[in-house]
Amino acid sequence: MKKKAAPAEPPTLPKSPTGITGLDEITGGGLPTGRPTLVCGSAGCGKTMLAMEFLVRGAVEFGEPGVFMMFEENAAELTANVRSLGFDLDKLVKQKKIALDHVHIERSEIEETGEYDLEGLFIRLGHAIDSIGAKRVVLDTVEALFAGLPNHAILRSELRRLFRWLKDRGITAIITGEKGDGNAITRFGLEEYVADCVITLDHRVHDQISTRRLRVLKYRGSAHGTNEYPFLIGEKGLSVLPITSLRLDHPASSERLSTGIARLDEMLGGQGVFRGSSVLISGAPGTGKSSIGAKFAEAACRRGERALIFAYEESSAQIERNMRSIGIDLAPWIKKGLLQIHSSRPTLGGLEQHLVAMHDTVKAFRPTVVVVDPISNLTIKGSDVEVMPTLMRLIDFLKQQQITSLFISLTKGATGTNAPEDSQVSVSSIMDTWLLLRNVEFNGERNRLIHVLKSRGMPHSNQMREFVLSDAGIDLVDVYLGADRVLTGTARVAQEAHERTAAELRRENHARKLRQLAAKRKAIEAQIAALDAEAEAEEAEVKFAIAQETMQEKTKRQNSADMAQMRGGSEAGKGKPKGKRGTK
Amino acid sequence: MTKSKTYQLRLYVAGQTPRCLAAVANLKRICETHLAGQYRIEVIDLMETPQLAVGDQILAVPTLVRRLPEPIKKIIGDLSNEERVLVGLNVLPVKE
Repeated sequence: MKKKAAPAEPPTLPKSPTGITGLDEITGGGLPTGRPTLVCGSAGCGKTMLAMEFLVRGAVEFGEPGVFMMFEENAAELTANVRSLGFDLDKLVKQKKIALDHVHIERSEIEETGEYDLEGLFIRLGHAIDSIGAKRVVLDTVEALFAGLPNHAILRSELRRLFRWLKDRGITAIITGEKGDGNAITRFGLEEYVADCVITLDHRVHDQISTRRLRVLKYRGSAHGTNEYPFLIGEKGLSVLPITSLRLDHPASSERLSTGIARLDEMLGGQGVFRGSSVLISGAPGTGKSSIGAKFAEAACRRGERALIFAYEESSAQIERNMRSIGIDLAPWIKKGLLQIHSSRPTLGGLEQHLVAMHDTVKAFRPTVVVVDPISNLTIKGSDVEVMPTLMRLIDFLKQQQITSLFISLTKGATGTNAPEDSQVSVSSIMDTWLLLRNVEFNGERNRLIHVLKSRGMPHSNQMREFVLSDAGIDLVDVYLGADRVLTGTARVAQEAHERTAAELRRENHARKLRQLAAKRKAIEAQIAALDAEAEAEEAEVKFAIAQETMQEKTKRQNSADMAQMRGGSEAGKGKPKGKRGTK
Repeated sequence: MTKSKTYQLRLYVAGQTPRCLAAVANLKRICETHLAGQYRIEVIDLMETPQLAVGDQILAVPTLVRRLPEPIKKIIGDLSNEERVLVGLNVLPVKE
């Protein structure tokens, strides 16, 4: 209706959001407003779906009604086809948000005589646009006209006029085109006329897995991602990856989260991992990786948070049963709605499909903890080169949402001793914490060891612990660090018993020595007593002898005094003779 | 062999462009010459009634549609080539 004057170029090109997940990120906001965009690709690569989603989202989400002019399918077919994406065209047509026009031309019915132009097409389009006040138009695929109209010279000049006309009316349009042979972008050189924005779609089969890819070939007047991005046609429309931008600005929480295994938390600076960080558990088969994963999820549920497990090896029921055997009961949490287990075969679809599925599930469920068991299975299809960026996107996405993620990776090699540090998907560099589980074969048995290979931003133990699974749950036990080797399992138990015995013996020995000492002391004391007694006896003897001698001396003196008295009467022994006599 | 048929013709034009006027004139002349008394012409100006373009799948202008007899035939262009118009309408020249 209103003609737009030659656009006075604003500092940034106005853009019309497509509403297609990821595409707006790549194009920096959408398609150029008021200009036609060429979407081309080979048959079955999703041109029509992309165009349709652009139109429907425009009508529903951005209040911009649109006209879909189709040259190949008819309205009924198209309506049926896009119903699979959840778009109800009938309803939108009734609401006057979308107008459909099927342009059908049958070469055999047409005879050409003289000059003509395609004013009829303009009138139809103009009428459709005016009837709903459309801002968006899709022409799918004008190339069909080349088959219907013999005079290509007229057709080309009319197409040029058509695109000019659309621009003048300020219509944001998508023109689809079939990919041409060789390097040609489109079979009939439509890119000549639509030069503002060109998007190519591609459908490739590699190793039996098909992947659709999208690339913005050209976007005049705007920066754009130039890579090829995988995209999917899912249940809710198209998703172009990256579904999150590749920025690296996620927040970093310093809140810590328990892994559910107390001794493991202890190894991780005593408090577990950071919230929103990514944890990698790698190990050989049967080292207990999944059990740690389940415990981790269960711990989250115990805290009243939601946890999500993506399982690519076991079914939900199987996980439940198996985990119950080591004392982790997941069923109540599932019932409570705190835990979801999504099991699917990794071969079910391409890598991108899984990523988008994860993305959708995470968005819907909003968990705080996500466990992926295992990521290594995703590599079945797709080389490491593809898996790495895919996982990076997933991790980025989870980090943006402050979701703590735990990835389980299976290390190849039966014993896990061959280069256990090889995380297989070469994702270790994008992980914050890396726990390594390994089997140690010794003495006719196999035991599990766990250690923390790295853990960013926290002190962590450099010690290996023995990892014990029992029906009582998961526990970590200090390994026996002998003089020359690390012992685990029964060897550890035996060694411990041995040590206990030795200690016992030593204790006994000491006690015995003490007893002996006591006895000896007693004996010595007895001897001392005896000697004392002897000495006393001798002393007594001596004293007696002295006394006797003194007595005799006295008596003698008395006697001599008595005798002297008797003989001459002196007073020397007065009063005494009586007593002395008595003692005698 | 087509003597008893009535030709029901519809000519779609868009405004009074020289090309459209030429088409109308050409059509009338051809019909008078070859189908006198057996035709009915309806001229539709899409500028006035754009909604009618959908029904007959009109793209090019001018377009002549032979609605009857069946099957529907379309002739696009200004109808300046009489022979081709007659071929297109499945009308044999009278001289035969």
